[in-house]
Parts: sequence; C-alpha cells; structure tokens
Amino acid sequence: MEGLRVLFVDDEDDFRETIVKRLNARKIQAMGAESGVRALEIVKDNDFDVIVLDVKMPGMDGIETLRHIKQMKPEIEVIMLTGHASVEFGLKGMQLGAFDYVMKPAPLNELLDTINQAWSKKRGLH
Amino acid sequence: MDRNYRMLWWRHCLAIIGFSVIPLLFVNLSLYGLFDRIYTDKVTETLRTSVENRRDAIDLFFNERIAQLFTIANTNTFADLTDETYLGRLFEIMHTKSDSYMDIGIIDSEGNHLAYVGPYHDLLKSVNYKNEPWFNEVRAKGIHISDIFMGYRKFPHFILAVMVRDKNTSWILRVTINLKNIDDIVEKAWTGTMSDAFLINSKNRLQTVPRFGGEFLAVPTVPQYTTSSLEPVPYPDFSSTVKTKVERLSLRGYEAFIAATPVQHTKWVLVLKESPDEILSPLVKGKYWMALLTALGLAIIAAGAALFTNGLINRIRETDRENAAKSDMLLQANKMVALSKMAAGIAHEVNNPLASISEKAGWLLDLLAEEDLAASPNFAEFKESVEKIEHHVERARKIIHNLLGFARRMEPAKEKININNLLDETTGLLENEARYVNISIDKQYADDVPVITSDLSQIQQVVLNLLNNAIDAIGSDGTVTVGSRYLDKTDQVELWVADTGKGIPEAELDKIFEPFFTTKAVGKGTGLGLSISYSIIEKLGGAMRVQSKVGEGTVFTITLPKN
Repeated sequence: MEGLRVLFVDDEDDFRETIVKRLNARKIQAMGAESGVRALEIVKDNDFDVIVLDVKMPGMDGIETLRHIKQMKPEIEVIMLTGHASVEFGLKGMQLGAFDYVMKPAPLNELLDTINQAWSKKRGLH
Repeated sequence: MDRNYRMLWWRHCLAIIGFSVIPLLFVNLSLYGLFDRIYTDKVTETLRTSVENRRDAIDLFFNERIAQLFTIANTNTFADLTDETYLGRLFEIMHTKSDSYMDIGIIDSEGNHLAYVGPYHDLLKSVNYKNEPWFNEVRAKGIHISDIFMGYRKFPHFILAVMVRDKNTSWILRVTINLKNIDDIVEKAWTGTMSDAFLINSKNRLQTVPRFGGEFLAVPTVPQYTTSSLEPVPYPDFSSTVKTKVERLSLRGYEAFIAATPVQHTKWVLVLKESPDEILSPLVKGKYWMALLTALGLAIIAAGAALFTNGLINRIRETDRENAAKSDMLLQANKMVALSKMAAGIAHEVNNPLASISEKAGWLLDLLAEEDLAASPNFAEFKESVEKIEHHVERARKIIHNLLGFARRMEPAKEKININNLLDETTGLLENEARYVNISIDKQYADDVPVITSDLSQIQQVVLNLLNNAIDAIGSDGTVTVGSRYLDKTDQVELWVADTGKGIPEAELDKIFEPFFTTKAVGKGTGLGLSISYSIIEKLGGAMRVQSKVGEGTVFTITLPKN
C-alpha cells in the first residue's frame, strides 16, 4: 500500500491518533483531522486518495463534510465511519457519493480492506 | 387497583333494595290506611243504621202501646173502666193478642187507685200514687213511661201511663209493661259473638240486662276479657246523648265501636257495642294478607337484587381483570420502548471508548511485533495481556452488537412459512443435544395450522432461543413439548415451548423479558436472548407470554398473526 494517501477524520483524539499511527506503520501516508472544518482546510492544500470520515462529529457533521469534499475534489474516495445506531447515515453518505461505510468499532483489518478497495477503484482497477 | 368487591356488592344490593322497598312500603301503607279509613267509615255507618233500627223498633213498640191505651181510654167510659169486672174483661181481650201488659189500673186525679186488674191486686188496690214522682209527671205531660224501678212489688218493672181529660175531670190509665218485650228488641242487636246492646236511663243506670255482665239499675261496666281481676271499669256515660253518635274508643286497652241513640218518649239511651276484632275482621285479614304479600315482595326484591348484583359485580370483576391485563401489557410495551432507546444510547456511548481501547491495543501489538522485545523477560506477559485486552474488547463489542440488535428497528421479511415445518427443522437442530442429556422432545402439532406470512429466520431464531432455554432449565431428564394450533377466532397461529424444568418464581416472571435479566451463572449468558425474542415477536405483530410454576415448569407461548 505504498503511496496510498489517507486522511482520517474523527473527533475522538485517542482513536484518531492511534489509527493514524497504525496506518503509518503499514506504510500508508495517513493524516488526522479532528473536525470537518479542519479536514476541509487540509484537503484544500493536500491531495488524498481515500478519506475516512466519522458521521457523528460536533460542529460540521460527516454528511456535510462529505458534500464539501465531493464539491471540492470529487475524485477522492470517501469511506463513512458509523455507529450501529447510525447505519442510515452511512447509507445516506453512499447516496451522496461515498464509496462505502464501516461500522465502528471495526477491527483494523476490515477497515484496511475497505480502504484498499476504495483505492483500487480510484486507480481504476475495478 | 384493588376494589373492595364485597363492599361494592353490599352497597349496590342495599341501594336496589332500598329504592324498591321504600315505594313498595309507601304504596302498601297508604293503601292500607285508605282501606282502613273506608272500612271504618262503612262500619260506623252500619252501626249507626243498626242502632237506629233497634231504636225505631222500641219507638214503634211504645207508639203502638200509647195508641192502644188512648183508644181504650177514649172508647170506654170512666164508669165502665172503674168497674173491675169490666176492666178485667177488657184486659183479657188486650192480653189475648199481646203479652205486653202485666197489669192495668185506673187512677183518679187524687192518686186513688180506683180499679186494678193484675197479679198484685191485694197489694196495689189500696195504694195512693199522689206523692209518686211519675204521677205528677203524667199529669203535667199527658204521657209517661217510667224507668225500671222496683216499686211496691219489689220486682223490676216499668209503667206506661196516659192521662185522659173528660169534661171537668181527669184520670189516668196505667199499665205495667212486660220487660221481656223491650229485652227482645234490644237482644236482636247482639249480632256478633262479642257484640252487646243495652238501654240506660238519664242517670246512666242499666234498664236492660247486658249480654256480658251488669245488673238492672247498675252502672254499665266493661266486661273483663282477661282473667286479671281488676276493678270494674264503667262505660263512658252516654246518658245525655240527644242525637245518634258512633265512637271508636279504647276500653281496658281493647278497641270498641260504640253507638248510642236516644229513645223517643223516654229519657233512655240505647247503647250498642261492637268489637273491632270481629266487625273489622275482613280488614284484619286484609292486614295479614298485605303483610304477607309485602314480605313476599321484599323477599323477591332481595333475591332479585342479590342475583342482579352478583351478575354485575362479576362483570365488573371480569372487566377489571381484563383492564389490569391490558394495562400490564401496555406497561410492558412502554418499558420495552424506553429500554431499547436506552440500550441504543448506552451502546453508542460505549462504542467510542471501546474503539479507542481496541485501537490502542492493536497499536501495542503492532509495536510489539516491530520492536525487538522478544528478549525482554516480560515479553510473553506483555503480549498475553494485550491479546487479552483485544479479546475482551471483542467480547464487549459482541454484547453491544446484541444490544443494538435488540434496539435496532428491523424491517422484517415477508415470506410464506409453514409453522409445523419450521418447528420440526428447529427442534431437529437440538435433538442430538437433548438426547445426550436424556431430554425427550414431544411434538403436539395441530393439522389445521395455516401457512402464515412472516419472517422465517427471525421466528426460527426465537424458537431456537426458547428451545435452548428449555433444555437449560431442565438440565437433564425431562420433556420439552413443542406445539402449535390455529386460533380461528382471531385468525392467529399459536405455538408454544413447554419444559418440565425448575420453573420461574413469580417475582421474576415480569422481569424475564427485560434486557440483561438472567438466571444463568455469570459469563454463561448475556441476558439478551429473551428480550430480543420478545421484541422480534412484537415487531412481527405477535405477542409472547410466559406461564410458570416453580417445580413444575415453564411455558412460553407465541401468537402470530396469519398475515
């Protein structure tokens, strides 16, 4: 997965930072963003292949952030991160152009699989 | 809500009886009062007629005697009449057709007894009446009827005298009347067994002998009906009666009707006495009949009230029971909604820290793999601990998954299901396990169970859960009964799983559908099985019930709509 650029957006610091570290450990260029607004700033200045976006965040929520990202850079694949009780937001995200959704808490391997599929799609492998 | 049904029964019953009895008694009493008044009026009238009839008979008797005496006086000369032989012949003629007269006499204006025919000739012939009170009275009034008196004869009698005026002289024709004539007339008024009649004079002295006690010339007294020897009680004094009157009074505590009327030509009063017991006996009978009918009516009302109230109270009791059951069900449903909301909330809140813990543990494992810590003496301990953290996070994740499964709104599938086949397949999954612990599975399927439209896998999950519970409840050696039937009244299918296990105490019965309630040992069950089953069946439009008796076993019953 070398060369894969991922932005991980989640307001839960421990969770976000650890995931970013673990992705980096797997040779993925991962960055973290603690809010939707911060994510948009980063996306404006940087290019990413895949963005993992938490649905429930204070301030701008995942769905709103997704809309802005798809306006700004529609080529980036987005994976929605949902809780069990908010599966409908994952589905809504997919209607708005997200690649897929993953239910939290998911084992890292499951998340990596989905990220990989999204990357493959972006590269036109599927 | 607990009603006091006994109290309600009594209150209702008494209210019915009260409202029925009061008008009944009112009508009966006023009817009786009316009846009593009318009948008393009639009795009074009868008594008045009766006493006046007797009096008229006495009056007629006197009028006839007086007329006869005047006829004799005016058709015979004074000289003839003073001839005792002539007078004797005349008296004989008078006597042949009537035994009214006892003797006859002629008295001149000086009181000398000029002629006498009768049994007391020697005694009376020489008597001079000039100073007798009746002699002066007959001279003043022309006619005189005396009271009863003993006179010279020393025997009770009365006399009738008329005065005859002849040119320049006057004389008196006097007869003694046989008392029996008056007695006969008066005695005819003794109609009933208790009635009495007698004559009194102006001094309230008896002129005839009453039927019940009393003597000539005595004051009339009330007869003693009882054996108690009290002083004789006199009748009220009617001697001054001038017009017929009827009174109802109490004599010695006994009711009596008394009629009194004055007799013409005399100062006598005829008194008639009747006992109300006798004369009013139809009324008394009527009173008993009315009392009997009233008592009968009361009994019928009381019995009717009791029967009607019984029915009503039973209906109320039944309705209360149904309402209680309904509100129990509603309460249970509300509790489930609240609990599922709470479960969803808790699951979500626990999810975030759990995700962080999971990632931190994963990161530690990543690092352990990277670093060359294998040489560290505690490497194995580190690794095992981190793996344990991951393991328990996984366990917590599953619990939350189940919890959310309970809370999640499911969209059930709609497919055609043969319930008996479903039960067969599901029990098939556990038959080996059951046989191993010596539990037999008894199948009681009804043939008329129709194909229903519902969610096959969810019902299967519920049945499997119930079967597992049943086998767990028995432990070993017992029977699990699985059955089905069609409820044609409500167009529902009912299926049940019964076990011969240890049963569930009553206190726990209403908690078993709540999430996290379990009787299994810690770590053996999550306590989510029955609550999930309950919410699955609810979402399928059905209902799930439990009945249990400690020591006998438990039955779970599920009803599902046909469509």
